[in-house]
Amino acid sequence: MQSSLDYFGETHHILRQTVARFVEREVKPFVDEWEEAGEFPRELYRKAGEIGLLGVNYPEEYGGSPADIFHEVVLTEELTRSGSGGVSAGLMSLSIALPPILALGTPEQKERFIPPVLRGEKVAALGITEPGGGSDVANLRTRAVRDGDHYVVNGSKTMITSGTRADQVTLAVRTGGPGHRGISLLVVETDTPGFSVSKKLRKMGWWASDTAELSFEDMRVPAENLLGEEGAGFYGIMNNFQKERLYLALMANTTAALALEESIKYARLREAFGKALMGFQVTRHKLVDMATLVEVSREFTYRIAAKIQAGENMVKEISMAKIFATDICDRVCHAAVQIHGGYGYMRECLVERLYRDSRILSIGGGTSEIMKEIISKMML
Amino acid sequence: MKSLVCLKQVPDTETQIKVNPDGTGIVTEGIKYVINPYDEFSVEEALRLKEKFKAGEVLILSIGPDRATEAIRTALAMGADKGIHISDESLNNSDPFVIAQALAAAAAQTEYDIIFCGHRAIDDDFGEAGAMLAELLKLPQVTLVTKVDIADDKTKAIVERDVEGGKETVEVPLPCVLTSQKGLNEPRYASLPGIMKAKKKPIDKKTAADLGISPEPKLRSNAYSMPPERTAGKKFEGMEPPDVAKAVVQALRNEAKVI
Repeated sequence: MQSSLDYFGETHHILRQTVARFVEREVKPFVDEWEEAGEFPRELYRKAGEIGLLGVNYPEEYGGSPADIFHEVVLTEELTRSGSGGVSAGLMSLSIALPPILALGTPEQKERFIPPVLRGEKVAALGITEPGGGSDVANLRTRAVRDGDHYVVNGSKTMITSGTRADQVTLAVRTGGPGHRGISLLVVETDTPGFSVSKKLRKMGWWASDTAELSFEDMRVPAENLLGEEGAGFYGIMNNFQKERLYLALMANTTAALALEESIKYARLREAFGKALMGFQVTRHKLVDMATLVEVSREFTYRIAAKIQAGENMVKEISMAKIFATDICDRVCHAAVQIHGGYGYMRECLVERLYRDSRILSIGGGTSEIMKEIISKMML
Repeated sequence: MKSLVCLKQVPDTETQIKVNPDGTGIVTEGIKYVINPYDEFSVEEALRLKEKFKAGEVLILSIGPDRATEAIRTALAMGADKGIHISDESLNNSDPFVIAQALAAAAAQTEYDIIFCGHRAIDDDFGEAGAMLAELLKLPQVTLVTKVDIADDKTKAIVERDVEGGKETVEVPLPCVLTSQKGLNEPRYASLPGIMKAKKKPIDKKTAADLGISPEPKLRSNAYSMPPERTAGKKFEGMEPPDVAKAVVQALRNEAKVI
């Protein structure tokens, strides 16, 4: 049996220190303010870009640092340790926006659209979900019609992470007939006439990340911004789901771990009926149950990450990991609020935020129900 | 500008230190180690000098068990060029004199214009190695340095140091030993590209025999102990405010003896 320690070497440890320190200095002191404001300063992208955090595992020629999957694990975990899922999600929206460009783009497109984002000078978002449907990608309706050297795009997108201030959106559009073969990806620069942010959306959690509804009216996008062939969009989208699910599982495990740590601290301090909460067997056992779930989930997720790294197809297993991790995260955060009692329901209490931030994890990147459909098709 | 930076790996400041049951040392299990913060200032200052003169080298010198390579590697990830790791059982848990001897012997095998040490290590807090190293190498030294300016011809340094309530500016010929104090600079992060590049940078491993020294410590630590646990506070209840004030003043004066 491998223990979790074996997945991480010297470079991972040093990176963990760097990210932890970055979070300690640049994020944590301001988290409450950013959560209330509904966004964090754009400056944070540049600061993270400067020390290479946005370029983990991107090719050197586009300004990234080739690394391995456990460097990505370290980055995701330590950003989540800021206690704000929103900061992590907003800062890393490039991790869903850039992979299709990397997979399908020409060298010129990659040169144009990747390095400024990795430097933190430009913000990238991914635009797939529409008001009429989320995971049902094959039926999306935003239409792009070829007109000379341009595509004329009409339609709308919603729940787009980093959408209110993105400089470029990797946009899924319909260029062909119905079904998944009619879908293409265009990189849209948001200063294109016809592009507008129709609404900044207010959410249950992830407050520090801005989320938008976008609309496109006769938006003319240069045909040279098409990624790959017409009709290649569906592949480009599906290709990155495995990684996105891994990140979400990692966020869930780390959010749960934070909720557990906060609960242990609180149970030592808080007294009830003349003794610390920790003095009650019911509390101790609850904490042990929480710790067990976190441990099991983390080890399973690491194992899947290692197999992805080794090049194995892990679509089924990573979907399982996402279901499991996001479910235990909900349960552990629920228990953490319960242990904190009334204080756990108060805004100034970290577990209150973790509880809200946890809820999106079993929804975003494909709901647990969609995950189960995927798994059932593969195993039954 | 060639800088030699002496660096020690120490337990993270966040770590809860516990003394082991027989009082011979601390419990090392589960400890997270980092570069001694004062040594990190040294690394940063050396990197800035190299950048300022657009030439030179930053050489990291550290004594410690195998785990200390990670601290050296972190400094290399920040931008230092190469490392020397003195790893020898006889040097573990040795006193500042032995450490200074080993550092001096290693320094004698290298080229440098300036040597940086942290003014103390945050684990054992001796604050002696830097000063002893300067003596052993017969070099001038300036302690508690908060600002460094090197003359363009690299013959001298103008250095600011902390003195009670203010700053003192001194001039010192090179080569010299400077010990870094908080306020010298804000150390940079080890960037991801830096971390990946550091994998290929050389770390030269040396033993006491390689340095031609046979350590004879002048100090021996007899016992480690934790400070006494804080006792519960005293409550003054059921009295009128003026009487409470009187009782508290009396207690502070006669029992706690703080006023």
